[in-house]
Amino acid sequence: MAIDSGLASFSETLWTAATGTYLLAVVGYTGEYAFGKTGRIADTSPAVVREPAMAGVSSGGSVAGHGSTGYGSTSTGSPYGAGRVQRGSDASRRWGVAAVAFTILGALFHLASVAIRGIAVDRVPWGNMYEFTLVVALVATLAWLGTLVKMPQLRYLGLFVMMPVLLLMFLAGTFYTKASKLVPALQSYWLAIHVSSIATAEGILLTSAAITAMYLVRSRFERRSAAGITTGRFAGVGSRLPASASLDKAAYRTVAFAFPIYTAGVIFGAIWAEAAWGRYWGWDPKETWAFVAWVVYAMYLHARATAGWKGNRAAFINLFGFAAMTFNFFVVNIVISGLHSYAGLN
Amino acid sequence: MSLLPRPVRTLWRRLTSMRTALVLLFLLALASVPGSLLPQRPLNPTKVDSYLATHGSWGRLLDRIGAFDVFGSIWFSAVYLLLFASLIGCLIPRISVYARALRNKPIKAPRHLDRLAENGELTSELPASEVAARVTRTLRPRWRTIARTEDSGAIAVSAEKGYSREAGNLIFHVSLLVALVLIAGGKLLSYQGSIVTTEGTGFCNRPLSYDAFHSGRWVSPGAIAPLCIDNLNSFTATYRADGSPAEFKADVTYSEGLDGAPRHDVITVNHPLRREGARVYLINHGFSPTVTVTRPGRAPITDTEAFLPADTFYTSEGAFKFAGKDVTANNDIGLSAIFAPTPLISKGVVTSIAPTVSKPVLAVLAYQGLLNPEGAPQSVYTLDPTQIATGELKRVAAKNLSMGQSMALPDGTVVKFTGYKEWATLQVSHDPTQTALLVAAILMVTGLLGSLTVRRRRVWVRITEQPGARTLVSVGGLARNDSGNFPAEFETIVASVQSSLHPGAQPPVASTAEKIGAGRN
Ligand code: HEM
Repeated sequence: MAIDSGLASFSETLWTAATGTYLLAVVGYTGEYAFGKTGRIADTSPAVVREPAMAGVSSGGSVAGHGSTGYGSTSTGSPYGAGRVQRGSDASRRWGVAAVAFTILGALFHLASVAIRGIAVDRVPWGNMYEFTLVVALVATLAWLGTLVKMPQLRYLGLFVMMPVLLLMFLAGTFYTKASKLVPALQSYWLAIHVSSIATAEGILLTSAAITAMYLVRSRFERRSAAGITTGRFAGVGSRLPASASLDKAAYRTVAFAFPIYTAGVIFGAIWAEAAWGRYWGWDPKETWAFVAWVVYAMYLHARATAGWKGNRAAFINLFGFAAMTFNFFVVNIVISGLHSYAGLN
Repeated sequence: MSLLPRPVRTLWRRLTSMRTALVLLFLLALASVPGSLLPQRPLNPTKVDSYLATHGSWGRLLDRIGAFDVFGSIWFSAVYLLLFASLIGCLIPRISVYARALRNKPIKAPRHLDRLAENGELTSELPASEVAARVTRTLRPRWRTIARTEDSGAIAVSAEKGYSREAGNLIFHVSLLVALVLIAGGKLLSYQGSIVTTEGTGFCNRPLSYDAFHSGRWVSPGAIAPLCIDNLNSFTATYRADGSPAEFKADVTYSEGLDGAPRHDVITVNHPLRREGARVYLINHGFSPTVTVTRPGRAPITDTEAFLPADTFYTSEGAFKFAGKDVTANNDIGLSAIFAPTPLISKGVVTSIAPTVSKPVLAVLAYQGLLNPEGAPQSVYTLDPTQIATGELKRVAAKNLSMGQSMALPDGTVVKFTGYKEWATLQVSHDPTQTALLVAAILMVTGLLGSLTVRRRRVWVRITEQPGARTLVSVGGLARNDSGNFPAEFETIVASVQSSLHPGAQPPVASTAEKIGAGRN
């Protein structure tokens, strides 16, 4: 079947629409963030009220001791949102709701763009770097929306997730490759399996890295406010983030979710390499960096279980893992030549 | 262990600690990085040579420390082996601890359940033993439980769940260990040979047949499967209208064993020929032009030579060599040529502008003289440049030939471009550990899923009869590892314990089990 160029250009229009809508969403999240001034005072004092929805058995009344041996530092209650006691002003909420609405609309455009691209070229829509970037951004957006369904109180952090997504949308534009069929090396069902699992893992790990960055800001804020310092760089941001213990846990869970997927994705790649190149592993630069990122995330999981390595150190390892993965995605594709020259950039 | 001298034991404990594992993992990641940034000999020896040529003593230093073969270097192997030892040392005790934990009963209830992260209290009119029985029955299907009578007379039910987390973790690490062994074994037991095969020719799977052959140290000659690609019947490259490749396929006749019947197969890029003991891959392709050389007064000689593609449009370079009668005659003929499948000739320079074939041109530089007086091994793709430099091989004519055209050399020899064939690089690979490695990899992922999704948690219920009052039921819960939604889970546990204490319809408030602060219904 030939390329349907009409559909292909419709898919590109949808990409533009999705990018524009995400831009509006980012404006909305920024608005919510800017107007959401409350919570600061409550945060600086360690006494925290548990949110009813998460309060568990204690909500019925006065059980002595419940929560007194909680998870750590300033948060003694629900794993999420404890650091932010009250919702912001009405204005802030309105901005936030609009932002989520734009995110959903953008995600629909985005999903349609990816799906229609697939129909136009009659294959999976992740055969080159333009398409792959769009898929990673889509996974990250969907992961964010999924998080919102479970933990709507995190909405005001949308700026920190949707900013990187918006960046990916623009980057996809710079990698633009016109709709084309696959070269023989990519004509394999492993393309669907291997690349989709890697893209899913990367989208989720992107979210984890964003949460980890927030964790570092927040834990610094907590350390400083414990020492009585409430000013300084990031203090404004720090005061409005959830408790560091919650962020730490959320970062861990996202990695714990993505790591098996990433592991499977790398193994699928090895199986494909065996069929295409005659060996399952050859230390091609792409393979090497996939290995480095995998080992770093394994370190992260270890660090979380090693005395003296929890907290900030583990957080930095998480960011290193993300850096290795990002390096593999951009630098290895663009600068270093290897067998994986699927990017379509030359 | 205790038999070993103390320093050895200390060292071993250090090596097998979590912290060492962390450091070793870091070293492993770090050691891999130069492998992707510097050219690597096993992947691309020519790039290494040009790096060495341009980087002087720095390059030689890198070479000496093995930076051009990182994954075969001593230090990489050292990290690998230390990690391996650490992993073994860490796993053996953990496996035995786990085996014991499986046999052991859930641990005793702590004294102060109300100090646990999750706790709640209920009361019931039922006697303690009946409450204990009902609590056990409620938890049994999913939890490992045991009821103990404490010194105070209270009954404490201990329940545990999530053993498969540790099982998953152990399965993951053991499979990883096995995978490491298999990968190392694969290195020693595998071989790989590749050969440029022009249509109409074939080869057999023997080390000496190949243009390039690599084998592990433990490959015995008997392990090399008796497989012959008798003939490459045809190689076909198909291109789309926009010039991008659509399909490459090699049509082959092969046979196995000494007198195996000839069979037929089509090898494409993602579909190798898989036979017992060997796999045949299509790796690369190109063109093999044919010339006919007729010396005055002699029978014509026809030769087809594989040319190496120099760009993506298959502008290809190669050479034909026709030795003369004897060395003293000094009349060898050498043709250095460029083949362009779809030529563009500008100012006499031929390049190809498409990978498809359309009025191909062979640009020939003809030489006469001595090709190889010493009979030393030479590249088949070029004439020996030193012979040209010394003037022992002299250029006598040059012409761009279309198919069917010919050129005459000064001595009357006629060189005719008569046609072309296509060639394919076929690669034969064998690694006996692959299937086992795949199984280990699947177990790794399975173990990971168990380990990262299951959480260990414990619940205790202490039932105390109070003289003259209702039976007190205190519940406490603790989640090890990251507890996920344990608070919510605990809440449902308390709720189900509560409802087990008054079977039947929902009782009015404060009938059989009065709520003191637990449950939210
Ligand atoms: C080849 C090197 C290793 C790799 C790639 C590796 C990888 C991993 C990964 C991915 C996890 C998280 C998933 C899980 O819990 O199953 C993990 C957990 C763990 N590893 Fe390793 N590991 C290695 C070596 C070791 C060694 C040498 C030790 C012993 C010191 C060790 C002890 C542990 C422990 C105790 C956990 C559980 C952590 C927890 O409960 O969260 N690992 N490892």
